[in-house]
Amino acid sequence: MTALLTPVAALGRGTLSLLALIGRITLFAIDTLSHLVRPPFYFKEFGHALLYIGYLSLPVVGLTALFTGGALALQIYAGGARFNAEAVVPSIVAIGMVRELGPVLGGLMVAGRVAASVAAEVGTMKVTEQIDALVTLSTHPMKYLTVPRVLAATLSLPVLVAVGDVIGIMGGYVVGVTRLDFNGAVYLSNTVDFLEFWDVASGLVKGAVFGFIVALMGCYHGMNSGRGAQGVGRATTNAVVSASVMILASNYLLTEVFFSA
Amino acid sequence: MITLDNVHKTFGTNAVLRGVNLSVAKGESLVIIGGSGTGKSITIKSVLGLVTPEHGTITVDGKNISNGDRDAFLARFGMLFQGGALFDSLPIWQNVAFRLLRGSLKRPKDEAREIAIEKLRRVGLKPDVADRFPAELSGGMQKRVGLARAIAAEPEIIFFDEPTTGLDPIMSGVINELIREIVVEMGATAMTITHDMTSVRAIADSVAMLHDGVIQWHGPVSEMDTADDPYLQQFIHGRAEGPIDAVR
Repeated sequence: MTALLTPVAALGRGTLSLLALIGRITLFAIDTLSHLVRPPFYFKEFGHALLYIGYLSLPVVGLTALFTGGALALQIYAGGARFNAEAVVPSIVAIGMVRELGPVLGGLMVAGRVAASVAAEVGTMKVTEQIDALVTLSTHPMKYLTVPRVLAATLSLPVLVAVGDVIGIMGGYVVGVTRLDFNGAVYLSNTVDFLEFWDVASGLVKGAVFGFIVALMGCYHGMNSGRGAQGVGRATTNAVVSASVMILASNYLLTEVFFSA
Repeated sequence: MITLDNVHKTFGTNAVLRGVNLSVAKGESLVIIGGSGTGKSITIKSVLGLVTPEHGTITVDGKNISNGDRDAFLARFGMLFQGGALFDSLPIWQNVAFRLLRGSLKRPKDEAREIAIEKLRRVGLKPDVADRFPAELSGGMQKRVGLARAIAAEPEIIFFDEPTTGLDPIMSGVINELIREIVVEMGATAMTITHDMTSVRAIADSVAMLHDGVIQWHGPVSEMDTADDPYLQQFIHGRAEGPIDAVR
């Protein structure tokens, strides 16, 4: 009987731990939002975060979008050929990039780059007592560390997504024109004609949500890092994994909200 | 005057503080000694509000620390952390002047830099250190920068958490002298945590020994060697035999 109950007990403990974690992250998010609207504001830290999270993520997001756009054009062309629908390549590449692949892949790449480094930085600050030092110097760690990073990521991800969308569509264009014999002007015309405002806007909203998630997970796991190198390493891994899973889960929910019939 | 009255703090099943009663008079330099893991750091972190005790009250000048304006309260304190706790991303002068560059004590940037360089000079560091980063300094220099940061805003109360740990005997002596000079010069109240008996004799007006979550002995440093408390005598003479278990 005990042997039968052991897995059930383990499942119960796991479920309780997961619910407790969700509760803690929710409280952390509410705390972050409440500090977002209350002074003091650290503009210099916000500027640094904007540079690091936004500007310096451009190459990785751009390259990801470029190759994804190209691969998407090849895939849609190969699939469309089965139905004599090769002409849909420009519009499907554009819609696929701006609605889904631009924000999701951009979010995941930034999660890998930013959530990891934020968790490592904040985690190291915690284990070396720098966060305690901030408190003794009359500086609230949420305001000084979390708010600038979360705000910077939330504002810069939509911009990164927009740039990624353009580069991804250009990737599809280059492949379409050079490998699939599309006429350049017709390709661009089809791209623009079939793209609607909400296709682009929904992707940008997703980008903002993913940016919030990435920075929040980095800060949460950093602030709750265990001791020593192992604790910081675990916090870094947890930040990337949880940010990635939350991006994919929230992407599904947002898609349901935006596009369900 | 800092007073701790029946302070308890537990982490999980580990009761670290089990009723600490302690008072430090204004201008007094108190050193807390005790074995590793006996709650010395938790005691001073409780006073600063970095750790919240489950029971007991802590007052500073008769006011409960959990009431009132937190920024104004913390502005009265300076703290030297065990590892320095310098901010890696900031140059040394901005570390020292951190409190002077933001918040209620904010000064113009040039003035804050001047004060930082003056405080660096006070702890024996040259002005050219000001624009370097913490990672470029030795452990002893980082400790001195931490000390400069602790005194930058001229606090009334300064805490020193193991100020000489990890330093060679000469650098330890330098830090001990600096702490004593600064405390006397500024007329500040000081609480220091250390295992280093040389530091105790150099820094302390009075000594409190923390053992098993309570203050085991508290008295003037001049009476420490002649006190008949077996715990205190075992600790200050570093004996393996005695009432304190060597294996904990």
